[in-house]
Amino acid sequence: MKYITEFRNNELAQGLIKDIRRKSKRKVRFMEFCGGHTVAIFKYGIRQALPLTVNLISGPGCPVCVTATADIDKAIALALLPDVIITSFGDMLRVPGSRSSLQQTRATGADVRVVYSTLDALKIARENPGRPVVFIGVGFETTAPTIAVSVLQAREQGIKNYRVLSLHKLCPPVIKTILDAGEVKLDGLICPGHVSAITGSNAWEFVARDYGIPCVVSGFEPADILQCVDMLIGQSEKHESKVEIAYKRGVTPEGNQQAQKIMQQVFETCAAKWRGMGEVPDSGLKLRQEFAGYDAEVVFNIKPEPAIEPKGCLCGEILRGVKTPVDCSLFREICTPENPIGPCMVSSEGSCSAFYQYGDESGR
Amino acid sequence: MEDKILLAHGSGGKLARDLITKNFVSALDNPLLAQMDDSAVFDVKHRLAFTTDSYVVNPIFFPGGDIGKLAVCGTVNDLATSGARPLYLSLALIIEEGLPLNDLKQVIDSIKITSDEAGVKIVTGDTKVVNRGSADKLFINTSGIGIIPEGINISGSNAKPGDKIILSGTIGDHGIAVLSKREGIAFSTNLESDCAPLAGLVADMLKASRNIHSLRDPTRGGLATTLNEFAEQSKVGIRIEETKIPVRDEVMGACEMLGFDPLYVANEGKLVAIVAREDAEKILKAMRKHRYGKDAVIIGEVIADHPGRVVMKTVLGSSRIVDMLVGDLLPRIC
Repeated sequence: MKYITEFRNNELAQGLIKDIRRKSKRKVRFMEFCGGHTVAIFKYGIRQALPLTVNLISGPGCPVCVTATADIDKAIALALLPDVIITSFGDMLRVPGSRSSLQQTRATGADVRVVYSTLDALKIARENPGRPVVFIGVGFETTAPTIAVSVLQAREQGIKNYRVLSLHKLCPPVIKTILDAGEVKLDGLICPGHVSAITGSNAWEFVARDYGIPCVVSGFEPADILQCVDMLIGQSEKHESKVEIAYKRGVTPEGNQQAQKIMQQVFETCAAKWRGMGEVPDSGLKLRQEFAGYDAEVVFNIKPEPAIEPKGCLCGEILRGVKTPVDCSLFREICTPENPIGPCMVSSEGSCSAFYQYGDESGR
Repeated sequence: MEDKILLAHGSGGKLARDLITKNFVSALDNPLLAQMDDSAVFDVKHRLAFTTDSYVVNPIFFPGGDIGKLAVCGTVNDLATSGARPLYLSLALIIEEGLPLNDLKQVIDSIKITSDEAGVKIVTGDTKVVNRGSADKLFINTSGIGIIPEGINISGSNAKPGDKIILSGTIGDHGIAVLSKREGIAFSTNLESDCAPLAGLVADMLKASRNIHSLRDPTRGGLATTLNEFAEQSKVGIRIEETKIPVRDEVMGACEMLGFDPLYVANEGKLVAIVAREDAEKILKAMRKHRYGKDAVIIGEVIADHPGRVVMKTVLGSSRIVDMLVGDLLPRIC
């Protein structure tokens, strides 16, 4: 078992497509929450393979994309402080803030370094004891536990110059916000795979129970996604709504309890700003009082100027599932991967980037 | 103490002369270089191909090769994919002060082995040493001259609808092998770079048929970028099949982990050929007999539809656009 090729098997996929075509009667609209799913759906041409009764729309599940402009401005302001070393995952560097990006700030002399894990950020902190090293913590439940561990390690190892700018976001609260707003009517939710590996599929019970929407957790290979769609159609045709898992090799109902525990030890929930959705209660994570010394917000108390949102950019609407990239007048004309206006064109998991790279004109 | 390169090694004085004669001229041994004049002087009576490339790979030693082997292969392959038989290379080194002399010797040895295999001679060179921090260990530039036999016309703009597209083997091996040793990402794998000189393979292909329209080695930007270049230059459409493209399990696994697509990962010992449909099987057969083409496959064809665009039939039988690489390959964050 190699966990990749088996799930890219054409025969298996064709069998699932046949089953979907046979079962699907009524028109349905499913949202894939996660940007990783959006990319896989485009990369493998899954939309084309599905019958016209099944409409997939992309959701807000790209952590880079949902980071508010004001928060990017904050990261840039930190980068401009004397002696500060900014460490970040690569995608964040190109996201435009109000006036600049981390990448442009680096070009003017700021010390901004790309790392592949928080362990690298800790190493940089250890090697530069005289300088504050700030890690830009962006990500969902998948990433947050690793950042929590880095804070615990910093404390254990007495690394006093390590700081985290916590821009972490939690997925279930934002789904609730989207459903409460009622802008998009959903017949099913393709629940994120890696997030659910941490939270467990139980995190989505409220969607099935309170909103009557079928939920299936999916993996990221074509057969995973097709199986997920197949199961959603199964529920939807029978007018059921429950939480199922089409990604059993990665996800359990309870999730990774060790990771949950560490996350809760270091972080507490707080209100967080989401691009396109404004402030969502209990959807962010901030460091607990006990770890305030590692919290870049507390230590530096940065107050950047009010954020300026890019004119004409529909990233907000696209993240809510209300619009698609082809609805945006900037898409492909002014906003391209080389010259991105909004974050959905920057991130490798952004809808606009996936549409641009893999989609045809119809966006299908 | 271990011998290291000093600034004085690049000064043009005695130390420099010793370094060059003892380590370079004797190792790379050939009469044109041994003349030690300001230029290599030689006669050529053919159409010429002339190319240059600089090599800054990090780390300088990686599984399956090093910066020296790469510096020969890269330039030889640029000549070979123009249909030229590589003749002579220049070799310019920019060395960071403090580089262990043994590292340099090892690089020169592999330049010697690779250039012998490729049938090219290093006929002129230059050495500079810069202050610590002004370069990263070792940078190399090589330029190359090759002769193009009568009747050969290979160009990225020669692809025609109906032509077949042949790929010489697995993709992404070089990029992933180098990344696996890079600080901050290091992961363990048995994978080796595919770095290899392709002049022999190209010569065998041309022996099988002169009906080779376009040839290119898909280095930075990978297979996807090369195919897009062909589509754009020749104003044709390109259709490939995902299931036909060979990718090693190690490469696929690493790509999954890092969020890369093998179509965009660099190769250093592969080529893509666009050939006349009627000669495709003949050329493929010749390629498979060569050690650097044994996994060669036909991956698709040139079409008149959607000029300038590459479309791939996915494992599901759907089709999607394959665009050029944009920006750097960045790791995923969730």
